[in-house]
Amino acid sequence: MGVGIQVEDLNAWYGSTHTLQDINLHIPANHATALIGPSGCGKSTFVRCLNRMHETNPIARATGVVKMGEIDIYREASPVEIRRRVGMVFQRPNPFPTMSIYDNVISGLKLNGFRNRRILDETVERSLKQAALWEEVKDDLKKKSGASLSGGQQQRMCIARALAVDPEVLLMDEPASALDPVSTSKIEDLIFQLKTQYTIVIVTHNMQQAARVAENTGFFLNGKLVEFDSTHKIFTNPRDKRTEDYITGRFG
Amino acid sequence: MSTQPIQAQPLGDPRKPSRANILRRYTADRIVSGLAVLATVIVLAPLAAILFYLVYKGASSLNLAFFTHVPAPVGEEGGGMANAIVGSSLVLLLASLMGIPVGIAAGVYLSEFGRGKFLGNAVRFTADVLNGVPSIVMGITIYSLVVKPQRHYSALAGGIALAIMMIPTVTRTTEEMLATVPLAIREAALGLGVPKWRTAVSVSLRTASPGIITGCMLAFARVAGETAPLLFTAFGNQFWSFNLNEPIAALPLQIFVYAISPYDEWHRLAWAGALVLIVLIMVSVTLVRVFANRGVLKGGS
Repeated sequence: MGVGIQVEDLNAWYGSTHTLQDINLHIPANHATALIGPSGCGKSTFVRCLNRMHETNPIARATGVVKMGEIDIYREASPVEIRRRVGMVFQRPNPFPTMSIYDNVISGLKLNGFRNRRILDETVERSLKQAALWEEVKDDLKKKSGASLSGGQQQRMCIARALAVDPEVLLMDEPASALDPVSTSKIEDLIFQLKTQYTIVIVTHNMQQAARVAENTGFFLNGKLVEFDSTHKIFTNPRDKRTEDYITGRFG
Repeated sequence: MSTQPIQAQPLGDPRKPSRANILRRYTADRIVSGLAVLATVIVLAPLAAILFYLVYKGASSLNLAFFTHVPAPVGEEGGGMANAIVGSSLVLLLASLMGIPVGIAAGVYLSEFGRGKFLGNAVRFTADVLNGVPSIVMGITIYSLVVKPQRHYSALAGGIALAIMMIPTVTRTTEEMLATVPLAIREAALGLGVPKWRTAVSVSLRTASPGIITGCMLAFARVAGETAPLLFTAFGNQFWSFNLNEPIAALPLQIFVYAISPYDEWHRLAWAGALVLIVLIMVSVTLVRVFANRGVLKGGS
């Protein structure tokens, strides 16, 4: 089951660039939350702060409090623990090129030393079914390289890979921006189903996509969270003039 | 984005290249292709010439005895280089077992952990300098560090000398090959909660392994023919020896001894030894490639 995320006074820097400024928001459990905003506004940095991927860059740092359920992820857990509980799907599909489809899906468990074959087999089947890819690949699981799938299939495989470690939160950084419309709609259907079991945070440039999949939407601009509200409210009656300008296409 | 339909250009449009222009492009294409082929031939010619000359000079001395007998004493006919072939294999195996793991580990450090750090830069600089150390210097150094304290020449000392010569090549190719692994792939692993060391070993290193294997093979092939570092370390041996603590025969040493001898028979054996050495290097490099390519999944990008 998913957990809610409470963010308090989050600030982030890349070198001397202040990319996130005083972010406060609550991401409810088992819902999809969309983050929109123009390029370079800090959306990606924000989600990377939620699983401590931000700090893998040597010049990056962050301050503030991020609570996942009861745990303060910056003070009460190691990055490795947090990343096991917070899955991440990236903008471009990033399969492990040397691994089969099977090994790709199971990599999170295998690379952490998990070896029970029966459970691995079950997890691969469950995750691929959750990611709506099982029927397409079940005959080639160990024969084909993960990199041999089409872009849309690769992205669903990456979602399966993230789900295989049984996370509570799923972060998706523009998961469909490199995909064609058919694959995009498959990913959106998937988000619809997954949000009943996981807390989903999705960064997107596509406002229709935010409107379709997310209950709540946050609008970022220049490193600040301008507005955060129910998706319906944001798209029909935003409080802030800048939000309105952005969603009506007057800038960005 | 423009929404105007693309229209077919009418014939005789000024944007259509002229005949002279097409001819010029065609000629330039041919010239560049021709130069590339010429360069390839220039690269291949010395190798072909060496192989041809070795076969011409050495093949006649090759017989079963060459591969089964130890060198004959001066004045006696026949004899072979069996002990040198086995000795070279042993010394090279020893060198690879020591040099490749150390070289790869240092390369992983440089690429994954030591970026921009003082120690990283120091290791990189040392590796580059080590690469330029003349092999005879390596031989003398190991002589004073290993052979003198032990008071005897040994296969082990030879293996150490060659291992140190392999390390810089292996280290630098490992580092360079790891640098070609996309950041996205490392992030995929880190994002799954895989610790950094495990990501470096099981994901980055594995993804870069074809290039790293090539680097190891280059290092191997380079030291396989080295004579100078073995002169004061492995020393050479006219008899069978499987003891790593004793002087051992090696093909390059045997070739050297035979080549500077005054006997025609020994000269012929030296040519044969050189031929065998080159063929053995080619065979082992090919075998490693074949085995390394096994189990690689088809259809990858």
